[in-house]
This record gives sequence, structure tokens and C-alpha cells, in this order.
Amino acid sequence: MNKRVVLLWSAAILAYAFLYAPLAIVVVYSFNDSRLNAEWVGFTLSWYQKLFHNEKMLHAAWNSLLIGITASAVSTILGTMAGYAMYRFRTRLLPVLILAPIAIPEILMGVSLLIFFVLLNISLGMVSIVLSHIAFCIGFVAIVVRSRLAGMDESLTEAARDLGATPWTAFRLVTLPLIMPGVVAGALMAFTLSIDDFVITFFTAGVGSTTLPLQIYTMVKIAVTPEVNAVSTLLMTLTLALILIASRLAPGSLRTQ
Amino acid sequence: MAAQQNRLHKWLISGPPLAYLIVFFAIPVLIMVLASFRNPGEFGGLAPLLNDESGSREIDLTTESYGRFFGDFLYTELFLKSLAYAGVTTLACLLIAYPLAMLIARSSKRHRDLLVLLVILPFWSNFLIRVYAWMIILGPQSVFVSALNHIVGWFGLAPLTLLYTPFAVIIGLVYVHLPFMVLPLYANLEKHDPALLDAAQDLGANAWRRFWRVTFPLSLPGVYAGAALVFIPALGIFAIPDILGGTEGIMIGNVIKQQFLDTRDWPFGSVLSMVLTVLAIVLAGAAAWIAKRART
Amino acid sequence: MPLLEIRNVTRRFGTFAAVDQVSLNIEAGEFFTLLGPSGCGKTTLLRMIAGFDVPDGGSIVLDGKDMVGIPPEARNVHTVFQSYALFPHMNVEQNVAFPLKMANVDPARIAQRVEETLEDVRLTGMGKRYPNELSGGQKQRVAVARALINRPKLLLLDEPLAALDAKLKESVQLELIALQKEIGITFVYVTHDQSEALALSHRIAVMNQGRVEQVDEPSKIYGFPKNRFVADFISQCNLLDGQIKACSGERMTVALSGIGDVVAINMEGDAPGLKGALALRPEKVAIGRDLPADAEANCFTGKVHDLLYLGDVTIYIVELANGMRIEALLPNSAAGRTKFFEAGDEVQIAWRHDAGHFLND
Repeated sequence: MNKRVVLLWSAAILAYAFLYAPLAIVVVYSFNDSRLNAEWVGFTLSWYQKLFHNEKMLHAAWNSLLIGITASAVSTILGTMAGYAMYRFRTRLLPVLILAPIAIPEILMGVSLLIFFVLLNISLGMVSIVLSHIAFCIGFVAIVVRSRLAGMDESLTEAARDLGATPWTAFRLVTLPLIMPGVVAGALMAFTLSIDDFVITFFTAGVGSTTLPLQIYTMVKIAVTPEVNAVSTLLMTLTLALILIASRLAPGSLRTQ
Repeated sequence: MAAQQNRLHKWLISGPPLAYLIVFFAIPVLIMVLASFRNPGEFGGLAPLLNDESGSREIDLTTESYGRFFGDFLYTELFLKSLAYAGVTTLACLLIAYPLAMLIARSSKRHRDLLVLLVILPFWSNFLIRVYAWMIILGPQSVFVSALNHIVGWFGLAPLTLLYTPFAVIIGLVYVHLPFMVLPLYANLEKHDPALLDAAQDLGANAWRRFWRVTFPLSLPGVYAGAALVFIPALGIFAIPDILGGTEGIMIGNVIKQQFLDTRDWPFGSVLSMVLTVLAIVLAGAAAWIAKRART
Repeated sequence: MPLLEIRNVTRRFGTFAAVDQVSLNIEAGEFFTLLGPSGCGKTTLLRMIAGFDVPDGGSIVLDGKDMVGIPPEARNVHTVFQSYALFPHMNVEQNVAFPLKMANVDPARIAQRVEETLEDVRLTGMGKRYPNELSGGQKQRVAVARALINRPKLLLLDEPLAALDAKLKESVQLELIALQKEIGITFVYVTHDQSEALALSHRIAVMNQGRVEQVDEPSKIYGFPKNRFVADFISQCNLLDGQIKACSGERMTVALSGIGDVVAINMEGDAPGLKGALALRPEKVAIGRDLPADAEANCFTGKVHDLLYLGDVTIYIVELANGMRIEALLPNSAAGRTKFFEAGDEVQIAWRHDAGHFLND
């Protein structure tokens, strides 16, 4: 019995190591005083410094931030409405449109949006990116909000209406405060998804605009320097912080699948 | 009247998100379906829908691109290759994820949430970073590869190049999709009644038998769910082969990207995308059907 | 005019009728109880009165006004939910003040009314606490206070005591009765606990499978159940099948199968030949080794088959000559003795002619 437990634990630990080692390596090498991601030479923060002087990178980061905030805000509102609608009413089309962007390969959405924007003569840039991001973020927010609603005691909203509140007032004073942690978690997740998105942004960005992931991609393909490690480390830290906060607010909602 | 008010509320609340998704998801997909039947434009993209050339306006549609797809085995082969990649990835994910999921399912409640969080966290880091990390590990300058080649050298074999090979692509695919296999498996295993294993043991089954005849069959719905969540997205991936695969490890996603952004033959790109979409829908439907059957 | 008229109300879910042609009149100031087993439709009916569900047929008229199409927030009817449904993100004061806020009462007066109401339910000083800091009994009182504060026409209570333990239940029941008397608001109470219904109500409606079996005062429901279901549902009852043999004036002779002929009072003017059952409460069956002869009683001999010791009373299951069993109840009041009889003892049982109530099928 013990031998098997040990075996199970070792297999699991190996799996965790497999998950985290690569990321750790990226972080470690971001401090390596060497252009190559090879041997460890010495500790340095120079790559981080170079990063903050890299115009393109800063511009890309700024874009990502703007896009992230806008997409997150809009998709949180629309996603909360969708989540509430799916919980409260019998909807047939909505759940399909919510789940499909999440289930299908991302490239399909990227490509179809590209055609769409070009045909409608919408220039590819920040606007097209934001519109695309909102489209795939709505689903995530909706799922989180809906599961939070499902876990809420329904008799509370009934009690509010029983005591004289109109449906809107009941939602405002009772339901919304109670699901707020879920809404905020959804917003944080949407922001993270937007900041991290590569595939869809790749197709809808056009020539003029760039986001952080696109910039990283260019650097990875063309000229790899440890600046990539540095920006990756920073991005990972940001994402980690946001997700930890989200998981505190809406435990269980991260397992949206 | 209450029912009317209800309906009004329903449309007020579900309307905006529904409208947005129809405009920015459903319609683009439909446009892509249409695009697969159109002619490529002179400078790339799509030719105008209405053809004015011969003086009369007629709708310019063709199945030429589809003909090209089915005519040249190269593309079908590419799809088969992609299916193979996705398949191997799914299997590898299953083998790695299963012990992990079992461990989490058997841990105490307190530990469980932490362990699950630890599985999910890497997923939330940027996709490119995760792929780039493997570039470092598998690259020619990597200390790990050098170490590995030292060992390989002891056996008298030629040094291995790991980057820009199908192997690298598979590792990348597995790495990126692993959490998607762990979570459904864990969700399923968590619900298993430990009394079942006790009963099996009581009736004489040893550890392997208990796993193979009790735990594994019961976990099949979770396995199918995880497989669907890995296989279908993996089919359409292009960034991983793009970064890690070099010329050998190309998947269908790469060709689609090429058609749209490099060659700019949009109709053909749309055809490839349509085939991928149909494949994805069929597989998703099969997975759902199997899951429903497994539940009864 | 009754305060609440329920006229032929029906509610169907598919082909299943949860509430089937129910008509009731509830008078102002009454403590009215809907009593029945789970699934009998009492909660569905309550929800329709509150406005959370809409009848498929019939109408609900409150104070002369038809409630059709009127949403819950517009009815002057408030509910005490089974789970109390206290808003967890508001403290006690805010919870209790909620209906007043909704009714746009002058904020200056709200605080005072909240304090008064908290006093009424004996929760003075608890205003700043949050629901998760309260005991079950306290939560229940907040729920009642919240529902009463703006003096609705009707207070609906959905099994509010179900979650409380037995000792607490008793004291809360007494409080509820006192409260209702003091404030004078009409209560419509839903429960499956028949002893609770008997204790609290002015009138009870016994429901079964969507229909009302009997509406009456507790003593009549207990003493004169209209049919087998009511007789059986309320407390313990012997149901002895039989047929009316003969009638003469007030009395009638009933042939009880497996027992013999007995005399009963003809309450409803039944005619001979009617089949039915004699409903006989165990406490009305005298049991002893040698009972004095009584011309006004039916007397039989038998053997004690089994007994149920309940602490304050013991129920003896007596098997008569022909194999039929009758339950007789005896209080264990003699000091030092827990049982009067043992299994196997030969005993006599008797009940007065007017002790039983004949239910015709």
C-alpha cells in the first residue's frame, strides 16, 4: 500500500515539475548575464533595464493595457447580463453562442474575424482587436457569473420581491452584491485573457498595432534576447497576481470547463 | 401580464450579449463559409461578390477552392498529420495527467484546492511564454540538451537535435494542453465512492485489478471530456509548430495562417478552415454523444 | 367579507395537478393553517398567494381585489421563508428596515419603527449583528420582524419552525400565538406537523394531493375527521372497517369486520347499508383487567399483543378474539409504574357509544 502511494506521489510530483520547470527556467534566465539562454554566467538586471528603454515593447505594453481594460469592462457587463439571462430564463441560442468561441480552435475565430473586418472596411488596429477580444471574453465572464448565481440562495431574491422590491431593485440591492465577487473574478479573468491572447490578436491586429504577446512573438521568431525572458517574467507575475485574486473572490470558478 | 413582463425582461437582458455575439461571432463564421465559395481577389483577399465584367451583374461563386483541396492529397495528408499530432498529444496528456488527477482526488479537502490551483496557474500564463520556455530547453545551446547529449554520447550515439522536430511540437502541445486533461479527470475521480474500491478489495481484487476494473471504467466520462478538450483545440494550433516545429512539424493551422497572411488566397484558406470547423464539430458531437451514453 | 378568497384555484405542472380546484375563505385576524404531507400542494398554494406562481385556473382575491397579474412586490402580502432568507450582506437592522425602504417610508421614521419591531420579537440590541452571527431561533425572529414591520394584510409562513429543535419549537410556537394575537394580522401557516397545526391554529385546512380534505377548527378536525385520510393523518387513530346495520334515532348499529356489532352515534344521518370505517382515537379506548359494565359502551375482550412505551403514555395494541387489533392509550400516571400490562395479558377494552366517529366511504 505504501509503495503505491509513493509511486503515485512521485508521478504527480514529476508532473508538477513538468508544469513548472519550463516557466522557472524562463524566470531564471531573465537574470542571466549572457545573451544566450545557455550557461549561467552571473546575476544581472540589465535585461529588465533594457526592457524599459525598448520603445516598441513599451508601446506594445501600453496597447495591451488599454485593450485589456476596455475589453474587460465591456465583456464583464455583457457577460454578466448573459450569465444572468442563462440562469434566470430559458435560453436556447445564447448558451451555444457563449460556449462555441471557447470550444472551437481559436484560429477559426481569428480568421473569420479578419475576413469580417476587411469586408466591412473596418481598419485593422486597436478597434478591431478590442472588438475581437470582447467576443471571446464574454463567454468566460458569463460562465463564471452563472455558476456564482447557481450557488446563490434563490429565496433571497424572492424575499426581496416579497418585501416590495421591483425586479430591478431586487437585483441591484440583493443579487448583485451577492454575486459581485464572481463578477469581479470574471472581469479579472477577462483582462488576463485579453492581455495574453495571441492567436486572435495575430489575425486582427493588422500592420499598425502591436500588443505584448505579438511583440514577444516577433522577438521569439526573429531575434531572441533575454529581454524576452524579462518581459515574460513580468507578464507572468502580473497574471499570477490577478488570478490569485480572482481565485480568492470566486473559488471554483477558475475551473470553468 | 406577468408572463409578458417576464419575456420583456428576458429580451432586455439577453439581448445585448446575444446581439454582440451574433455580430462578432456568428456572422463572421457565416461570412467565412461564404468566402470558401468565392474567388480570390487580384491582390489577395476576396474577389468582389458581384461580378460586373460581362456587363450583367451576377454572383461570382465557385467551388474551385474546394476542388483544389480534395484534388491534392497534400492537404488531406496535412489534416491526417494534424490528427495524428493531436492524437499523440491527447494520449501523452492522459498518461501524465492521470496520476496527477488521482493524487489530487485522494488528497484531503484542504490540499485539494491548492493542488488544483497549482495545476491551473501555468495555464493562465501567456501561451507564448510557455512555448518559448521549451525553445530554451530544447534549443541547441541549452544546458539540458548538452547534458543529454553527453549521456547519449556515452552510448556511442550521435547527438540529438530536439528543437525544430515533431518531437518538440508534441512536447509543446502536451505542455500547453495538460491542464485541460487534468481538470475533467480530477472532477470525475473526485466523485468516486471509495467504498467501491473497498468492496472490490474485499472480494479479492489486487491493486492493479482494482484500478483497471473499477477506477478506470468509472473515470471514462472524465477521460472523454479531457480528450475532447485537448484534441479539438490541438488540431487548430499554429503557434507551437510555428515556433518549435521548423519545416518538418507543420500542422494545418500553419497552412491556414499562411493562406490568410502570406499567400493571401482567402477562399482557399476559408476552405481549409471550413474543413477544420466541420472536423471540430463532428468530434465535439461525438464526444458529447459518447459522454451521454456513458452516463446511462 | 373574508380577507382572502381562494376560488377554484388550480396549478398544473404538465399533467400533474399540484393544486386541484381548491377553494378557501380566510377571515381577517385568523391563524389559518394549511396542513398536509409533502407534495400535497400546500407550499404551491402559498406561493400563489404570495405571487411567485400564477394559477392555471381560478382566482385569488385579497380584500376584494383580484390578484391576477399583480407581481409579488405589489401585493401587501409578506412571507416568512423556510430558510429565513435573511440578506447575508445586511445586518439585522437593515434586513428589518428593507420593506420600509421599499415602501419609501420617511428615513427618519424608519429607525424608530425598526427598534419597535425588534422589541416586539424580543431582539432588542441585536440590530448591528449580521445573520451569520445569529442562532436559528434569532434568525427566525428577524425573518418574522422583517415580514411584519409594515403591517401587511397577510403574513405567509412556510414551515418556519422546521429547522428548530423540539424544545425551541415549543417556546417559539407560544410566542407566535401571542404575537399574532397582539398584532392581529392574518396568518396563513404551512406545515406538515399535525401537532403544530393543532396547537397554533384557529382553523386548519387539511390538504392531500392538491385537494382540500377538510377545513375546520382543530378540535373538530381531531374529533370529527371527515374521511380516512384526515383521521389517519391527524395523530393516532383506529380505523375499523364496517357497515351500518341498522339505525334508530340517534344511534346506529355498525357491523365491524372482524370484531362484531357495535353501537355508535349517527352524526350525519347515515342510512343502513353504508360502508365505511369507525374512527376511534386510542385515548378514548378504556383498557383494564376487569372493566365495570357500562350500558353506554361497547366492550370486548382480548389479549395484549404489543405495547409502545412513550414516556408519558403507553399505547397498547390489543388483539381481539377474531384477530383484529385495536390501539388503546393509557397515561402512565401511577407513580412508580411504567406499565400496567405486559404482552400476553388478558384484558378488556371498551369505548363509549359516542367515542367513535363513523366515516362513510
